[in-house]
Amino acid sequence: MRSLIDILDLTPAEIGDLLDTADDIIARPDAYAHLCDRKKLATLFFEPSTRTRLSFEAAMYELGGQVLGFSEASSSSASKGESVSDTVQVVSCYADIIAMRHPKEGAPMVASMKASVPIINAGDGGHNHPTQTLADLCTIRRQMGRLDNLTVGFCGDLKFGRTVHSLISALSRHTGIKFVLISPDELRIPTYIRDDVLAHSDATYVETDSLEAAMPELDILYMTRVQRERFFNEADYIRLKDSYILTPDKLATAKPEMAILHPLPRVNEIAVAVDNDPRACYFKQVLNGKYMRMALILMLLGIERPAK
Amino acid sequence: MIIDEIHNGIVIDHIRAGGAMELYRILGLEELSCSVAIIKNATSSKMGKKDIIKIDEVIDLDLDVLGYVDPGITVNIIREGERVQKFKPTLPERVTNVIKCKNPRCITTTEQELDHIFKLTDRENRVYRCIYCDSPAKRK
Ligand SMILES: [Zn+2]
Repeated sequence: MRSLIDILDLTPAEIGDLLDTADDIIARPDAYAHLCDRKKLATLFFEPSTRTRLSFEAAMYELGGQVLGFSEASSSSASKGESVSDTVQVVSCYADIIAMRHPKEGAPMVASMKASVPIINAGDGGHNHPTQTLADLCTIRRQMGRLDNLTVGFCGDLKFGRTVHSLISALSRHTGIKFVLISPDELRIPTYIRDDVLAHSDATYVETDSLEAAMPELDILYMTRVQRERFFNEADYIRLKDSYILTPDKLATAKPEMAILHPLPRVNEIAVAVDNDPRACYFKQVLNGKYMRMALILMLLGIERPAK
Repeated sequence: MIIDEIHNGIVIDHIRAGGAMELYRILGLEELSCSVAIIKNATSSKMGKKDIIKIDEVIDLDLDVLGYVDPGITVNIIREGERVQKFKPTLPERVTNVIKCKNPRCITTTEQELDHIFKLTDRENRVYRCIYCDSPAKRK
């Protein structure tokens, strides 16, 4: 029985297969509408994350399945002190698959060691969020037609951004990848990503603090939130925050086919005026996230793609 | 300094100087009823100074723990006053309940009954990471 805890639990070939399934779902959704009839997904959200939970629920409903669960710890037995292990063993009796979000790092891993049904990590603190990475990869492949030979810019908070770390890990397994890491000095990529991931891959990378300078060479621009609380003082935050805001002006030098991604929610790091630019893909990314969750649910339940 | 030679037992040699007490604790040697000698700061031709532990009985040693704590160690098994076996522990793939995860955000901090398990992720640099949260084990 498989679970998905970390994006690297999936081989590039398996991810390719999920991407093919997502493409097929988009092409002929009716063929998938009853594949999960009478199956149940439990969404165990020990901390609230409405958009992720809705994405999982929509995914299961579109497969014909049903959903049960809770959306915050206070409405679960966790508030009475029940352990993650016990909770998932109980829920395994009711559901065929579990999507779990938890504020503590490693909680879904603990769940996968005890549950008798597949566990999907729907985010564990600042650690992993593999279905976000699947949404990112789907968007990149659908926009660019490939996952190799790409120059991928990451902009903003590269230090704490777990979605950035996971996407770097996943993409660095492909050939011809160049990362352009755009951030203020305070929010550069952590050393362990440099030492453990980038040093062991064929991918190349450059670090810069200028979004404008990097723009012309990018195939993908992945924007992230620069949060006020990441800075030691307000002055630094004020000084830096505007440098990492994407505006129509800054896009003037970008390639016409570049794709702009963002894990959402955004605050002000992408000006609303950019939304109308054909390169803006962050709402498509949300939709792709649902298709990838559908593909993943099918894979973990061992349900084959329907014959054409 | 002279410590009685042991007849049947184990000599853990070439422990990095100052490391014997930690090893004594981690191996749970205080629970043994046989005599155990800890020799600190013995002179070593190779290491300058080293620690040695002598256990006056052949017990089951957790070699994974030895390999994790100090891969430079040599283990000698003594029977009938003769050294019958000598080996160096290797780096274990995983260690259970030897080190605790120090990451305050790790699930092991709230769920006390969980085993603390670390896996070897970089043999060259002897890096172990928590299987739950991926935090590296901190060495003293
Ligand atoms: Zn941990």
